[in-house]
Amino acid sequence: MNSNTLWLIVQRFGAAIVTLLIVSMVVFAITAVLPGDAAQQALGQFATPEQVAALRIKLGLDQPGVVRYLHWLMNLIGGNFGESVSNAMPVSDLIAGRFPNTLMLAATTALVSVPVALTLGIGSAMFRGGRIDGALSLITLALVAVPEFLVATLAVLIFAVKLGWLSALSYGGDASSPWQFMRTYALPVMTLSCVIVAQMARMTRAAVIDQLDSAYVEMARLKGVSPVRIVLRHALPNAVGPIVNAVALSLSYLLGGVVIVETIFNYPGIASLMVDAVTNRDMALVQGCTMLFCSAYLGLVLMADLCAILSNPRLRTQ
Amino acid sequence: MNPSIENSIAPAPAIPPARLPRKTPWLGLVGASICFLWLMVALFGSWIAPHPVGEVVSDNVFDTISAVYPFGTDYLGRDMLSRVLIGARFTVGLALVSAVLASGLGTLCALLSVVAPKWLDEIISRLMDAFISIPSKMLALIMVSAFGSSEVLLVCTAVLSYTPGAFRIARSLAVNIEALEYVQVARTRGEGRIYIACKEILPNMLNPVLTDLGLRFGFIVLLLSGMSFLGLGVQPPDADLGSLVRENIGGLNQGAAAIVIPALAIGSLTIGVNLFIDRLASRRGRRAGGR
Repeated sequence: MNSNTLWLIVQRFGAAIVTLLIVSMVVFAITAVLPGDAAQQALGQFATPEQVAALRIKLGLDQPGVVRYLHWLMNLIGGNFGESVSNAMPVSDLIAGRFPNTLMLAATTALVSVPVALTLGIGSAMFRGGRIDGALSLITLALVAVPEFLVATLAVLIFAVKLGWLSALSYGGDASSPWQFMRTYALPVMTLSCVIVAQMARMTRAAVIDQLDSAYVEMARLKGVSPVRIVLRHALPNAVGPIVNAVALSLSYLLGGVVIVETIFNYPGIASLMVDAVTNRDMALVQGCTMLFCSAYLGLVLMADLCAILSNPRLRTQ
Repeated sequence: MNPSIENSIAPAPAIPPARLPRKTPWLGLVGASICFLWLMVALFGSWIAPHPVGEVVSDNVFDTISAVYPFGTDYLGRDMLSRVLIGARFTVGLALVSAVLASGLGTLCALLSVVAPKWLDEIISRLMDAFISIPSKMLALIMVSAFGSSEVLLVCTAVLSYTPGAFRIARSLAVNIEALEYVQVARTRGEGRIYIACKEILPNMLNPVLTDLGLRFGFIVLLLSGMSFLGLGVQPPDADLGSLVRENIGGLNQGAAAIVIPALAIGSLTIGVNLFIDRLASRRGRRAGGR
């Protein structure tokens, strides 16, 4: 790694932090400044002006938006997310209680979907234009297009209602034995994996095909190297960068899917906490969850970026 | 530094659109027919619906598919066929309005940023970059938490989340066209900025922009029905297809038609749009490649 690459990486980190700051401004503007007077809303129509004024001062609403934003940001950096109104608990405690569950769900999904997607993607790139490839592109196109709750509904109908193998409801966190763990996680993980596997397989296929179209692969083919060896020894090492990039980007799609999946399976994670917070209009909790999700999203996109940079030899030699 | 590398590691993820094998042109036709069917349902669904949308017609809740009730009945014993026919209007209508607005606004900003001075281009691009890094579902959730859910807000949210993507695609198209000779000639001729944007650049990027509009429509259908599924989208007594899935979720354990059919309806709509768009895109790709 030379100074050029290092500088590029530092630049990426800087850009990610600036983006996160802008995102926090947008989140704060939408949730705290635009909706109007939170004190008036909290007290209702029949509050006296004195009561409203007192609450405004107590909540710090009499200060200008910029000051409130900076105050909020400082608290956020210090790990103080504020107090959840509907739960009467600090937001950080609530999030800390639910976070391991969501992390467990995401990790299991990644563990299941990455090998499946890579096998499918590399396989269909090897047999490009064949019947398997055609079927896979049709299936992945369909899976990317359908909503998560259709996949979830069909999965519950087939595996829980018709076959009776699994319970329709998830009782998250109950993972005392491997069998229990399977029963708890099978359906949510299956649903989440479907969409992600489709995305990832498609991007992997594109990355491998990109390499297979290059001159050195043609050379190897002319030399008489077997197709399997071409893919595994020649194309794949060069496709690792784009593939890891694809994996990281696809995993960022987990964030959208997890909101639906946690709700439909009653899974006690951060996403269902956030949906409840939105329903109850519990602003501090909404802000905390949003910032957490957006940081995770930006983190994954940053990782994808860094993989693209590190795997690009042109940047190393310059 | 190589500019193509700089572009390839921009902060927003771009999923390459699927390409189906060229041997299957009939799939595009299937997609187009599905799209047409749903458009007709959205336009005329309320006329052909056999029952009023809120009328309880059967004593059996979660009835299965039968000749009297082709889609079964819902959790109150209402006719699902009528509810789907009328619900499609919200799903298709809201998504279509949002997609047209998002694409239009994105294209407008793109044209503006290409012909306008450099500093304006920089401001617009940075702003769009910031919005693209908030996942659409997160943006929708905070918008609903702040302003409450209404149809206008849902359209605004969808436009806010999908304009940056449309902008990005339209801008890259416009930048390429702007560098071509005939635009240079027009500039030398002394044409104004507005003329160049509307008469020289816009007509030549219309096709890919319309394809992008179709893709965006599919994404917005998914976003809006997802929000309705969470109970944060279209509010009762109105119901789009996502709300129909949500309100009948109690029938999941019985495998009721009332939950499967609206979910399948959304799936068929989005798959149809994707097949259609895929066909259009690959035809254009071949034309461009055959030059």
